[in-house]
Amino acid sequence: MIAILEIQDLHVSYRSSGGGLCPALTSVSFGLMPGEIMGVLGESGSGKSTLAGSLVRLLPANARITRGAVQFEGTDLLRANADELRQIRGRRISLIFQEPSLALHPTMRVGEQVRQVLAAHDSLGKGALNEQTRQVFDQVFPEEPDRISHSYPHQLSGGQRQRVLIAQAIACGPSVVIADEPTASLDPTTQMEILGVFRNLREKLGLAMIFITHNPALLCGFADRVLVLYAGKVAECGSAETVLASPRHPYTKALFHSIPTVFDRPGNTRKTKLPAILGDSARSLPIRGCPFEPRCTEKMDICKEREPAAVNLSASHTVSCFKYES
Amino acid sequence: MKVEATIGKNMQPLLRVENLVKRYAKQSLAGTPEEFLALDGVSFTVFPGTTLAVVGESGSGKSTLAACLACLESPTAGSIWFAGREIAKLEERASRQIRPQIQVIFQDPASSLNPRWSVMEVLAEPLILQRKFTREEIDRGISSLLERVGLSPDIVERSPTELSGGQRQRLAIARALALEPKLLILDEALSALDCSVQAQIANLLVELQGSLEMTYLFITHDLAMAAHLADEIAVMDRGRIVEQGQAQKILKQPEQETTRQLLAAVPRLTLVPPLLEQ
Amino acid sequence: MRYLLRRLGHALLLLAGVSVLTFLFTALAPGTYFDEMRMNPQIAPETIAALRAQYGLDKPLPLRYASWLSSLVHGEMGFSFAYNSPVAPLLLVRAGNTLLLTITSTLLAWAIALPLGTWSAERMGRLPDRLLSWGTAMLLVIPDLALALGLLVLAVRSGWFPTGGMASVGFETLSPFNKLRDVALHMILPVTALVLSTLPLLFRHVRAAIADILDAPFLLAALGHGIPKRTLLYRYALPAAANPLISLFGFSIGMLLSGSLLIEVVMSWPGLGPLLLEAILARDLYVVIGGILFSTFFLVGGNLFADLLLYWADPRIRTESNAQ
Ligand SMILES: Nc1ncnc2c1ncn2[C@@H]1O[C@H](COP(=O)(O)OP(=O)(O)OP(=O)(O)O)[C@@H](O)[C@H]1O
Ligand SMILES: Nc1ncnc2c1ncn2[C@@H]1O[C@H](COP(=O)(O)OP(=O)(O)O)[C@@H](O)[C@H]1O
Ligand code: SF4
Ligand SMILES: [Mg+2]
Ligand SMILES: [Mg+2]
Repeated sequence: MIAILEIQDLHVSYRSSGGGLCPALTSVSFGLMPGEIMGVLGESGSGKSTLAGSLVRLLPANARITRGAVQFEGTDLLRANADELRQIRGRRISLIFQEPSLALHPTMRVGEQVRQVLAAHDSLGKGALNEQTRQVFDQVFPEEPDRISHSYPHQLSGGQRQRVLIAQAIACGPSVVIADEPTASLDPTTQMEILGVFRNLREKLGLAMIFITHNPALLCGFADRVLVLYAGKVAECGSAETVLASPRHPYTKALFHSIPTVFDRPGNTRKTKLPAILGDSARSLPIRGCPFEPRCTEKMDICKEREPAAVNLSASHTVSCFKYES
Repeated sequence: MKVEATIGKNMQPLLRVENLVKRYAKQSLAGTPEEFLALDGVSFTVFPGTTLAVVGESGSGKSTLAACLACLESPTAGSIWFAGREIAKLEERASRQIRPQIQVIFQDPASSLNPRWSVMEVLAEPLILQRKFTREEIDRGISSLLERVGLSPDIVERSPTELSGGQRQRLAIARALALEPKLLILDEALSALDCSVQAQIANLLVELQGSLEMTYLFITHDLAMAAHLADEIAVMDRGRIVEQGQAQKILKQPEQETTRQLLAAVPRLTLVPPLLEQ
Repeated sequence: MRYLLRRLGHALLLLAGVSVLTFLFTALAPGTYFDEMRMNPQIAPETIAALRAQYGLDKPLPLRYASWLSSLVHGEMGFSFAYNSPVAPLLLVRAGNTLLLTITSTLLAWAIALPLGTWSAERMGRLPDRLLSWGTAMLLVIPDLALALGLLVLAVRSGWFPTGGMASVGFETLSPFNKLRDVALHMILPVTALVLSTLPLLFRHVRAAIADILDAPFLLAALGHGIPKRTLLYRYALPAAANPLISLFGFSIGMLLSGSLLIEVVMSWPGLGPLLLEAILARDLYVVIGGILFSTFFLVGGNLFADLLLYWADPRIRTESNAQ
């Protein structure tokens, strides 16, 4: 099968107020298969939102995509012109933003906000447009489509707002949806409910998805593949079963360890020390060597000297760590 | 485990809440006045040096409870006893002494930390307000607070906006500790942080409980973290505590449907058996 | 609905307060209309005293206020000494003329400021935006009076438009269409002066409000859904920036009204301005009070209208005010 979205050697930097460039993404490459859910894991500041934004070129003004290509349906999105991009955004590739309470227009009825997305891409008549809007709401809010579509965002709960964002994203029948921490601000019950909505849509519409999160537990039984970002670099990438069950990169392992496991462990581990990753995130990067080196518990001498390259452990599992270089 | 031993000894509770009711006046869109019961007769006790976790879905009244305990809202009915005294009946003078002993930390510390202040000023303010320290004592106090929460002293010149989420949360904890509180209310204090940072802050909380005998009211919708940190768990649903008991018992034998639903919704890394053996 | 009723209540209270205050102040001001008569040896002091008694000026203040209130109810608002007629009808004609000027220039100024400000905000920092900002900054520092006088000089030199009054000689003989045209021609100069005096402020506020909103996450999200630029600016950004602008709208009515009173005097437009000035100089008590009250009424009305707009434009205010 060929990938529907192919990211090749993507480099993105932010221009700091001093004038220098600080890298946010370095040499990120992966392919998204049709109908596949790719989970992207990483801590705050690891470049997850930057990745989501650069795929459709929606980045802050001081961001620079310095190298790479994003192939989608025969075009390189990084070189497409403004009008081509506008045609693709929302119609072929949709974005779902991090904060559902901020991503909706505060004084426009949510039905209208979905209608506007449809109107932006199809020159339908008024009747057909309203009919399509109704169909989208029927899909996402099977219980009470009409009441919700006549509501303003502030009258909806967090979960309902998130569903509206989903409605906007799937309105035009895209083939790829990029969701940036879509459930981070929701409580667990609502979180599960939204994951269920995504799962249904994938089955019904055959969507491919990039699902960004900082919670590895969310990807269990949901994602097909997992990509772990650390300091803007791909630390580990592989099928969900492999990465979640037997992580290889020291960062991935440490990340999974830091989650409390009271449910699964025998005996009482309450109030014991969680094996947290020491040190303060990816912000203070070493100038040379492996980016995880300052916090790594398995570091070796060579780790300080140069950067590890990606190693193929199997056809679908790659890790960037010297431990696996032979 | 010292903690559990003390509970048995017939100690006086640090916090006792009886039949707390909070009613918000609300008007429906049709215009008919409606009363909204955010807290509907909540009662519980917390012993010194222990942690009570309050869990529940959004809108179940957790934050309202925190606001009432911290005197940010006044309850409609019921009473709150702190260290043997009823908070609502305290005189001005006693109230000024007692209130700082209850501190709250919110989900988004950025909103409660003045962005125009430096870390130094944020920490100095509560010390200065107590009016019993000299300049030197304040400086020493700040560095010991920073050390206590694991922040490096070279960030004192920065503004809170220049800190990471985890650092900001540590700063919020340090500022709360400056007032030498007995009770720390943590309202979703870990929810906005990454798992690895959550673990760091959770460790800090456990450590402070050991060294300072801190008492926590830990409000969260993360049951795994609640179970990890708490001695007891109270499950809230629509303004009521529907189930309360030992953390282990609630996890293993939940009695209420609400609790079972909450437990079922917790995402778990079930695919990690090799980790368990380690 | 309660919100609007409360606003209406506030407005009425404000009007009552202003009427009492103007009464007090005019009573405190030295001299009355009859003082000049007193200088005139041909008028007997008894006549003056009789006149004063006839107009009730010898009565204590509260009584005078009460009788003024009752005349207000009868649609008179007191009596003008100089025009020897009830005040209300006198003011009504003039107020209509002032309103014509104010409303026209308000609408015109906003009709220019909204698209111009939005357009400029989208090009923030580029040449057209910089030129506009610079130009409006210049206009902002020129006093209204200087602006009006400058325009007047320009009009007199060029002879392109009528330079004073509201109608040409022989206005009565014109056909309805030509009457309209004549008034419109006469309006050009004062309206231009008024628009030029407020446009810079409005433009700058619109530009700032839109620029503020352009960074909002929901606009980024809309961009991500492929919403076209024009829709984004005028259907998304402008309504979202509406709240501060609507408040400014209420304020701008007041600004244009007071500006209008001044310009009317300079350009001899037969509105409230010249009448009020005349009345103050002549100490024509009730005309002054009536004029001030009318102006306050317009101000309050403008703000009430803005509240109404706000209520209509922002669903959050609607539910909030319902919840209270
Ligand atoms: N506008 C910006 N200007 C400068 N640097 C930025 C900007 N936005 C992000 N960065 C930097 O780029 C890196 C990646 O940021 P990004 O926001 O993509 O991370 P993230 O994984 O989405 O984090 P979070 O979970 O906090 O959203 C970080 O080091 C961050 O400091
Ligand atoms: N100021 C308020 N006015 C009206 N209702 C409120 C107010 N604050 C909270 N509520 C209502 O009280 C309920 C409990 O809210 P909250 O304490 O915030 O719950 P939680 O923290 O569990 O999300 C919610 O249904 C909320 O709508
Ligand atoms: S390369 Fe070295 S420092 Fe980096 S993760 Fe592997 S062992 Fe740790
Ligand atoms: Mg992000
Ligand atoms: Mg809450």
